[in-house]
Amino acid sequence: MKIVVCVKTTLPSEAQIRLEGGKLIFDNTPPVINPWDEYAVEAALQQKEAVGGTVTALSIGDESANVALKHALAMGADEAIRITDSALGALDTLATARLLAAAVQKLGGVDLVCFGRQAIDGDSGVTPAQTARLLGWPALTLASAVKIEGRRIRVERSIEEGRQIVSADLPAVLSVVKDFAEPRYPTFMGKRKADRAEIPVWSLAAPAPLVAWGEFAEPPRQTAQCEIITGASPEEIAEKLAEKILAEKIL
Amino acid sequence: MNIWVYIDHFKGAPLLASWEALGLAKRLGNATAVLLGHPMEEAVQAAFEFGADAVLLADDPALADYRAEAFASTLSAAASAQTPDLLLFPTTSRGREIAAMTAADLNAGLLVDVTALEIAAGRVVATRPVYGGKALVRETCAVKPALVTLRGRAFPKPEQQIGRSGPVTRIEVRAEAQTTVEGYSTGEGVSLTDAGVIVSGGRGLTVFPGLDEKSAAARGFALLDELAAVLNGAVGASRAVVDAGHAPYAQQVGQTGKLVSPDLYIACGISGAIQHLAGMRTAKVIVAINTDAEAPIFQVARYGVVGDLYQIVPALTAALKKRLGRQ
Ligand SMILES: Cc1cc2nc3c(=O)[nH]c(=O)nc-3n(C[C@H](O)[C@H](O)[C@H](O)COP(=O)(O)OP(=O)(O)OC[C@H]3O[C@@H](n4cnc5c(N)ncnc54)[C@H](O)[C@@H]3O)c2cc1C
Ligand SMILES: Nc1ncnc2c1ncn2[C@@H]1O[C@H](COP(=O)(O)O)[C@@H](O)[C@H]1O
Repeated sequence: MKIVVCVKTTLPSEAQIRLEGGKLIFDNTPPVINPWDEYAVEAALQQKEAVGGTVTALSIGDESANVALKHALAMGADEAIRITDSALGALDTLATARLLAAAVQKLGGVDLVCFGRQAIDGDSGVTPAQTARLLGWPALTLASAVKIEGRRIRVERSIEEGRQIVSADLPAVLSVVKDFAEPRYPTFMGKRKADRAEIPVWSLAAPAPLVAWGEFAEPPRQTAQCEIITGASPEEIAEKLAEKILAEKIL
Repeated sequence: MNIWVYIDHFKGAPLLASWEALGLAKRLGNATAVLLGHPMEEAVQAAFEFGADAVLLADDPALADYRAEAFASTLSAAASAQTPDLLLFPTTSRGREIAAMTAADLNAGLLVDVTALEIAAGRVVATRPVYGGKALVRETCAVKPALVTLRGRAFPKPEQQIGRSGPVTRIEVRAEAQTTVEGYSTGEGVSLTDAGVIVSGGRGLTVFPGLDEKSAAARGFALLDELAAVLNGAVGASRAVVDAGHAPYAQQVGQTGKLVSPDLYIACGISGAIQHLAGMRTAKVIVAINTDAEAPIFQVARYGVVGDLYQIVPALTAALKKRLGRQ
């Protein structure tokens, strides 16, 4: 089986962000693989272990994309490819999906493409379904359990109401949620291999983005500072707090 | 402006956030509700009662189960024939996916999880939270149509006008899909994304003198269940308690769990780590109950109690029960 996993480099969620004149200023926390994509790599590796094959990691971006790719290699991916485009930095999700679909087609003979559920910078969560659509393959998104038998893939999807169980023929696209399994830690040998890896770069033409990011703004702050409710007993505190909550007229 | 609103539903029962999208469409222009599924009579009726000017309907047994490809193909075929200016969806798992695929089919702009939207010089300009809610970004879409998914509870729900109705037009069903639905297994029944009130518990819920962690958590969650019941709310959890196996993943709030924006969020024994805040900081009113006055959760809370949740939560349940007159 030829398996692809799409990974992105992001800032870790602990990173601090400041705003200056509508622009974002990041602290210098080192970037990491998008946390959701670790689950995608884990899913790709587990399918390889179950049915045999190879795992290729793909990432679109400048050199920083190698952070995510090297993490995938260190976890056990067989190869990694970085994809660039002259218009980098201005891709919307559909342009990203077009580049990823083009790379999957260029690789050829791919059976399964694994994605994280969303990237924690843009918080979009739509690239997997868009890539599937462009490839004309079924999208099995939000997968918490995956089983491949022959050419058939069976997936449990996490939806608002519980789980939906679906199946499809390969080739297919997967996006993976946290319930799938804890991602493995890179081994010492894996890290050494990743450090030494020369990551090839493919330059592909991306379409112009249809959606553009403009100014940034502060998220709305809580209007009032926290009001600490005190009292002589839990009951007295609770009475006061209940009054406050009801006075907000939200219930 | 001709606006379509995709009404997301589970087996014919619409999700609340669909009506919020319909309400926004009515404020911006002419609102057509799009309903795909089977059976859909009740949902069609409800769409008119929540303000739809017209309904586009594909009611067909082949759409009885949600399959992304069939739903997207049906919607894209209708949209490329009738060219609406704007398509709105609730940001639910299905809404996100259908919007994603339809945007790919139509080569249209897609704006996800939007919390504010305006039309400026004929262009859609939206605001949405990014970086886990640490910033907002203004997004503009250069082409028509724009497809926009709206964050739940970011827009007001319109009043229901009982008995209202309007014209229904049937659209062609494109049910061919590569995916087969084999079944469902229901979760714990919490739909956190729709809940107006969420009572959440964290690791503070796992320490009670004389009890082991598991029994302490069971006791703590029972207290949260009672408070949530009085408020008609849902129960959420921090990752710490989900990872420890005391609550199902469906209940996890935060960056790697659900993103919620209820009117009231009561955080009990939750420290307020940045990843937790990413999931709930847009709640209208946040109440924190924590023994540690320095806990970061107090920085986003409107009301705080520095105290033991095992004492405060049952007292709050009793006080609210008395005032709300609920059993
Ligand atoms: C990539 C990544 C993603 C993550 N995603 C999420 C996510 O989606 N959601 C999430 O929640 N976390 C997430 N986390 C974890 C997060 O960083 C915190 O570890 C977690 O939120 C802590 O949970 P907690 O507040 O329940 O526990 P703690 O931080 O241990 O806090 C427990 C609190 O309970 C208080 N307490 C103790 N006893 C009592 C009592 N009797 N009464 C009242 N208060 C009491 C304590 O003072 C303390 O403040 C993520 C972390 C990473 C690295
Ligand atoms: N630049 C990128 N390179 C490779 N994969 C990506 C990129 N952007 C997004 N993805 C993949 O698409 C998923 C969803 O991203 P998004 O739709 O941007 O939230 C991520 O978890 C990745 O698996």
